[in-house]
Amino acid sequence: MNLAITLLVAVGLASVVGTVLQQNQPYGDYLMKFGPFWFEVFRALDLYDVYSAPWFLAIFTLLVVSTSACVIRNAPSMLREMFTYRSKVGENELRAMRGHVEWPHLPMSVEAAAIESRRVLFEEGFKFKESRVKEGYMFSARKGSLQRLGYVFTHVAIVVICIGGMMDSRLWLSYQELIGKLKVETRSVPLSQVPEQSRVTASNPGFRGNVNVPEGSSSSVLFLNVRDGYVVQNLPFEVAVKDFRIEHYDNGMPKSYESDLLITDPKHPSNEPVKATIAVNKPMIYNGYAIYQASFGDGGSRMQFKSWQLQGGAAGVSQPVSGAIFQDIPFSVGDSRYTLELNDFRLFNINPVTDAEGKMHEKNFGPSVVFRLRDGAGQAREYENYMAPVEMEGRAVFISGMRDQIGGVMRFLYIPADRDAQIDAFMDFYRRLHDAGQIDRAVLSMLAEVNPEAAKLPAASEAIRSMVEKFVQGGYDAIGADLETRIPKDQLERAFETSARVLQTVLSRMYVTMMQERGVQQIGGEKDERFLADSVAAINALAFYGSPIFLQLTGFEQIQASGLQITKSPGKDVVYLGSFLLMLGVFMLFYIHPRRAWVLVRESVDARGARVLFATTSHRKTLDMARASRELHQKMVIRLGAEPIRMPGARAEMDE
Amino acid sequence: MSANANVLNRASDLPALPKAGAGVLDVLWLLLILAAGAGTLLTFSNTMDVYEVSIFTGSVLSLAAVGWYWRGVRGLGVAVAALTALALWRYGVHFGEQLSVGREALAAAQNKDFFLKYLVSSQSAIMWMSALYVGAAFTYFLALFTRTEYIGKIASVLVWSATAFGLSGMFARWRESYLINVDYGHIPVSNLYEVFILFSVITALIYLFYEGRFKTRALGGFVMLVISAAVAFLLWYTFDRGANVIQPLVPALDSYWMKIHVPANFIGYGSFAMAAMIAVAYLIKLKMGGDGERDLLPKLEVMDDLMYKAIALGFGFFTVATILGAMWAAEAWGGYWSWDPKETWALIVWLNYAAWLHLRLTKGWRGAPMAWWSVIGLFVTTFAFLGVNMFLSGLHSYGTL
Ligand code: HEM
Repeated sequence: MNLAITLLVAVGLASVVGTVLQQNQPYGDYLMKFGPFWFEVFRALDLYDVYSAPWFLAIFTLLVVSTSACVIRNAPSMLREMFTYRSKVGENELRAMRGHVEWPHLPMSVEAAAIESRRVLFEEGFKFKESRVKEGYMFSARKGSLQRLGYVFTHVAIVVICIGGMMDSRLWLSYQELIGKLKVETRSVPLSQVPEQSRVTASNPGFRGNVNVPEGSSSSVLFLNVRDGYVVQNLPFEVAVKDFRIEHYDNGMPKSYESDLLITDPKHPSNEPVKATIAVNKPMIYNGYAIYQASFGDGGSRMQFKSWQLQGGAAGVSQPVSGAIFQDIPFSVGDSRYTLELNDFRLFNINPVTDAEGKMHEKNFGPSVVFRLRDGAGQAREYENYMAPVEMEGRAVFISGMRDQIGGVMRFLYIPADRDAQIDAFMDFYRRLHDAGQIDRAVLSMLAEVNPEAAKLPAASEAIRSMVEKFVQGGYDAIGADLETRIPKDQLERAFETSARVLQTVLSRMYVTMMQERGVQQIGGEKDERFLADSVAAINALAFYGSPIFLQLTGFEQIQASGLQITKSPGKDVVYLGSFLLMLGVFMLFYIHPRRAWVLVRESVDARGARVLFATTSHRKTLDMARASRELHQKMVIRLGAEPIRMPGARAEMDE
Repeated sequence: MSANANVLNRASDLPALPKAGAGVLDVLWLLLILAAGAGTLLTFSNTMDVYEVSIFTGSVLSLAAVGWYWRGVRGLGVAVAALTALALWRYGVHFGEQLSVGREALAAAQNKDFFLKYLVSSQSAIMWMSALYVGAAFTYFLALFTRTEYIGKIASVLVWSATAFGLSGMFARWRESYLINVDYGHIPVSNLYEVFILFSVITALIYLFYEGRFKTRALGGFVMLVISAAVAFLLWYTFDRGANVIQPLVPALDSYWMKIHVPANFIGYGSFAMAAMIAVAYLIKLKMGGDGERDLLPKLEVMDDLMYKAIALGFGFFTVATILGAMWAAEAWGGYWSWDPKETWALIVWLNYAAWLHLRLTKGWRGAPMAWWSVIGLFVTTFAFLGVNMFLSGLHSYGTL
């Protein structure tokens, strides 16, 4: 019993571990979190998958065993006791009971006393057995014996539930792995390349796995995640996703996900394929397999891009690129090669924004594409580019997020959209900034105005142009770095300010020229200043953008994938049976009140009347029981028409 | 022998004493509630699916049953019905047959209409509830220290009326969710804000039951303390986080299971909370020297017994709730058990009280240690209820703070 209680607490404590440490995450994340040393320690302790760890299962099993043992030990006697009356209890035993009372001399016949006593028992709803004893009668009564059954139910239930759980657990897989039949796959490779060793036949007694099925295609396998890898579970049928739908609430929150499925059985092609629509909370059952709408994702949407060069002579020039999500597109800029890995497409991006009054509300930023850019050395940066310009602080910008390591913070590049909400004006400007000739023209025309002398000597324009070029290459930092090499510390600040001012003038001149050439009439004014400022900021930011191209999403054809979870759970009904027993049992235990009572009626010593010995007990020592026995005792007093002599020790159970 | 014989045949025709007969009121109650239930069902059955019908029928029958044995509930039922009817009527006046009118129109009506603004719109009803519960806490303690019976009676009345406001507030909120947008419509037990109301109401009801049954007004203040704490959270959550704004359901919650799983859970939480507060009273009395002549608090033995009763009740319903949860999970997430933090903590809570019950029932433990344990139990429960949402991530991450 103490063991039982200890185990109850032990399982409780053990379970806590798995809730504070998020389970079954990619091992990489744990490594980052804990560092190499603790990572290994925790792994050794199976802390990343506590609930299937041997030590955890051991405690659990112990609990089940001890519970079973307990039931086996207690149940037989309890069940027997349910149906017995304990009529063999002798007079002295009754006297020995706490709270027994006695009427040594009642002026009535033994029979009369017997009738009154049994009447009380009868009215109080006792079952009782009447036995003839020397010179009188013995009534042995019981009530609420079913409570014992409650004990049996609760405890058998625990065992049953755990057995059911075992049936659905991964034990079989672990066993296969143990005997080397199964090898967990840790690489992310196409299904076709997953070796037989990492595949589980459909004969697996119970499993629960996931698969993403793009609209219009189908799957006959599942993926079971195991620790830092997975195994492929073959299905005895093929499930096709005809259509996947998300409905949204008016505030952009998803309202429902549902998929139209078509299930075909290759083994019996004759069978009519089964059509069904599933949704969250509305799974389908296909002979023993439950199919759930678990999640959703991209199914390889087709993307069209304009890829704008950011470097070299072709900077600011675009060429069309197209691809599909999950596709890797190799390309090269100059002599360095890159791969573009398209990761995800999002049709809606509901983000919280603070409006002019500083009130928070949700705003849909529209479609975005998430991709990685991997250089020759294998270093990757992750980007998220939004398709349409987004209104920010009163002007429209193209947003591109960048993080240089996975899970790092996103930094954002804001490219101002031009008058017709296009990116072209900025790119045009950017292109011109890579054209030495154009820069020179701007520089000279500027010098001609402010300082004709300087305009004559090439060195001046030379210097300014190279400064502009430095800025375009490396932003303000580059200019700063360059000045530091030439100018003494104390004059740095002033020098930098002058340079910045000069830079500004050159750029704005180039901007004006550009706008004229683009055929814009009235230039100048707040809008243009804003645009120029934003462009300069963007160019400055581009220095850290770390990509040779800017990928502008220009078109898409969305293909969604439905995230299905498919389970085969032979233990489910067992668990439910156990659960039912448990509910029943617990309430029986609490709300059936077990009682026993004895009335011994005999001829009084002087043989001129009856004497009655009365006792009642319960193995539940609660106030209710005490109250009940007091009431019973009162009833006896009323029926027998006389107060008993209270026996010492009687108080204990009779009073509260 | 003959004697024996005639004992038998005379006893066999014993008349059973008449049991306490059903009064006119009892019958009236039954008729009223059943009529109301049937009426509602007939009017709306065309808009309800089979689960909703059965859940509704179940609720009506259990309300009838509870009211049959517990008269207090009848008055409450009528009060809630009246307040809710008032709310529905006022909304009806403003919006007629329209099922939904949008947030702005709703807010406008609530500002314009006297009854809605000051009494029966969910927001104001909840405010009344909050005020009354806190008031009740003070009144109970006042009654306790002044030893005045009728102040205690007033306190009880406050609790009853707070509960009436709480429940009608929830019903009003239910209607309002539809008024904002038909799609949003759902029973208000779907996020932390809403379940805190549920918690207060259910805890109060459980307490009121024991108060009526065991004459334990002296403990009212203690129980109201935990409710006041819930109210404090509710207010902070409303004014600091605007949590009272009605949001649509996430798909996973859009299920009839929610209607039974959540309330069952909160009967558990409520009883555990009450047990803990009784334990506090118990420990205080113990510190002050235990049972005496002119005691303020009930006998230790009585409190100990109440504590057991509360935990037993809680345990029973918590068991049911957890099982229902598992069945729901099996339908929503594809597995009856996923070791998701919320599930796991439910198990922890359950095991904890199973251990408690074992100690008491099999080892016969009583008194201070068990009292301490049920106080600790409340902390464990609170973590399962709040902490998990705040600190742990998982499938259950609805109504995160
Ligand atoms: C997972 C493990 C267990 C759980 C969840 C569990 C649960 C329960 C519950 C809910 C009760 C009801 C309390 C009552 O009203 O009596 C109970 C009672 C009891 N349990 Fe367990 N139990 C477990 C293991 C054990 C073990 C291992 C033993 C024996 C060594 C045991 C012996 C008892 C006994 C004797 C009672 C009291 C029955 C009575 O007083 O009528 N239990 N248990």
